[in-house]
Amino acid sequence: MNIVVCIKQVPDTTEIKIDPVKNTLIRTGVPSIMNPFDKNALETALQLKDQYGGKVTALCMGLPQAKAVLREALSMGADEAYLATDRAFGGSDTYATSYILSKAIEKLGPFDVILGGKQAIDGDTGQTAPSIAEHLGATRLTYVLDLKIEGDKVIARRQVEEGIEVVETRFPILCTATKESNKPRYATVKRKIASLKAEIPEIHLADLIDADTTKMGLKGSPTKVKATFTPQRTANGVTIEGNSPIEVADNLIGKLVDAKVL
Amino acid sequence: MSFETCKDVWVFIDTFQGQPKSVGLELLGQGRKLAEGLKQKLCAVVIGKDVEPAVKAANEYGADKIYVVKGDEYENYSADAYGHVFLELCKKYDPNTILVGATVNGRDLGSKIAVSLRTGLTADCTALSVDEETGNVVWERPAFGGNLYAQILCSETRPQMGTCRPGAFKKQTPNPDNKAEIIYEEIHTPAELIRTKVLEIIKACENDDMRLDEADVIVSGGRGMKSAENFAILKELADVMGGTVGCSRAAVDSGWMPQTKQVGQTGSTVAPKIYIACGISGAVQHVAGMSESDTIIAINKDETAPIFEVADYCIVGDLFEIVPALTKELKAKQQG
Repeated sequence: MNIVVCIKQVPDTTEIKIDPVKNTLIRTGVPSIMNPFDKNALETALQLKDQYGGKVTALCMGLPQAKAVLREALSMGADEAYLATDRAFGGSDTYATSYILSKAIEKLGPFDVILGGKQAIDGDTGQTAPSIAEHLGATRLTYVLDLKIEGDKVIARRQVEEGIEVVETRFPILCTATKESNKPRYATVKRKIASLKAEIPEIHLADLIDADTTKMGLKGSPTKVKATFTPQRTANGVTIEGNSPIEVADNLIGKLVDAKVL
Repeated sequence: MSFETCKDVWVFIDTFQGQPKSVGLELLGQGRKLAEGLKQKLCAVVIGKDVEPAVKAANEYGADKIYVVKGDEYENYSADAYGHVFLELCKKYDPNTILVGATVNGRDLGSKIAVSLRTGLTADCTALSVDEETGNVVWERPAFGGNLYAQILCSETRPQMGTCRPGAFKKQTPNPDNKAEIIYEEIHTPAELIRTKVLEIIKACENDDMRLDEADVIVSGGRGMKSAENFAILKELADVMGGTVGCSRAAVDSGWMPQTKQVGQTGSTVAPKIYIACGISGAVQHVAGMSESDTIIAINKDETAPIFEVADYCIVGDLFEIVPALTKELKAKQQG
């Protein structure tokens, strides 16, 4: 089975702070990590390989420093890793990014399974992976908990709002993984050392087959950022006090009744 | 799709087993605002096997027109079938703006339509407005875990599209006397085009386990809960108040609660009548998912916790004392 996993390098959003004076995002010193949901996607890929055999290819679009997350993918068990990087790719929105990744996948393919995380923790759109499926014309299944293969059929369990949906389909498929899908494995020391020396080939614009440059980069992105701002918080809550927990509770209930909340 | 001819604001009414999900009705309220700004009509799109409940709701929540596509092949969502229908409708009626609920299936459908029509889709919008001069919708959304907000435009292509999370907006008051024009379209999707088949849906919710986005009261716990077992005191308080229990990402990461109960940027967005945050510090990623709640009560030992900046009622103290006291006093009040 030929499997590709799309991985994004993201800033660890739990570590981001706001500059209280300039009211902007402080990104310096914020560690870059593998998008956590992509780690689940990689684990899904590795489990499929463990069970059914095959090859796992990790693919990332980004700047050269994003090779760090590809090395991490190799150390967890991916067989190969590629970085799609080119000036022409910069400034891409989800439409353009998914187009570029679909072209890179075509270049590396063909694949039976394409995997990605349900969303990235920086952009939080959850749109890129299903958009890749659309560019490729592949069947997509989002929020997949697990996959079972029965002959030429694939049975997937999807996490939906109402519970779990069991879906049957056929290869090739694109699936997105979520935190509930699995627990990503740790890298082995041996693989970690090997990954440091591993060659990570780059995919540039010139490598893509029949690529339409009007669908790439800032110019090829239908959406544009008009402005950004940081959320303002103004503390104007009422402090509830009391001499005992019961008194605090009574005071709160009193306030809620007065405000007609209760 | 052309700038000159495109018209109207469309809202996709997502359904489950024939029943409209709340988010589509919430979006009709936002759609009305955009339709007024653009001086256009508000249209609902209903696709399904049993469509009547959704058509009725779309009418009551204010659609001017409702496009309805009925068929056995639409009993369950599939990107292939629903996408086919939606694209056919777009071809025929050429919408200006499309709003889709950011449900599991809505996100999927939205990206399918946007890629097929080569247009822009902005995810998880929390505020929508119209720039009347250009006719562009200004899509506002959080990023970086809610640390940053961005205003996005789709100024060169139509339709302009966005998804909004369930609970991000409130439903307007329904009007049973509204008289929407209902347009039934015969669009069928050949079986060979539908590549996925739903075999079964295993419902997760037990009778006593209310869904987060449907609860009027949510009692949430975070890192300060210290263990999975301690969530029992939150459940007791939630039961007395007729609500349900939620949690922060820290509680999920610690393995105390399932991710389905997580409130925040990577979990659910909620806007209940009462939200009680217990032992939750109030990281932006959490606040982004609950700040629209009507009344927010925060209980935390640390008086500098950022959760107090968004709370209406602040209690600095030990949640293990305050929560049981609240449960006890509310019980006494109900009985007395």
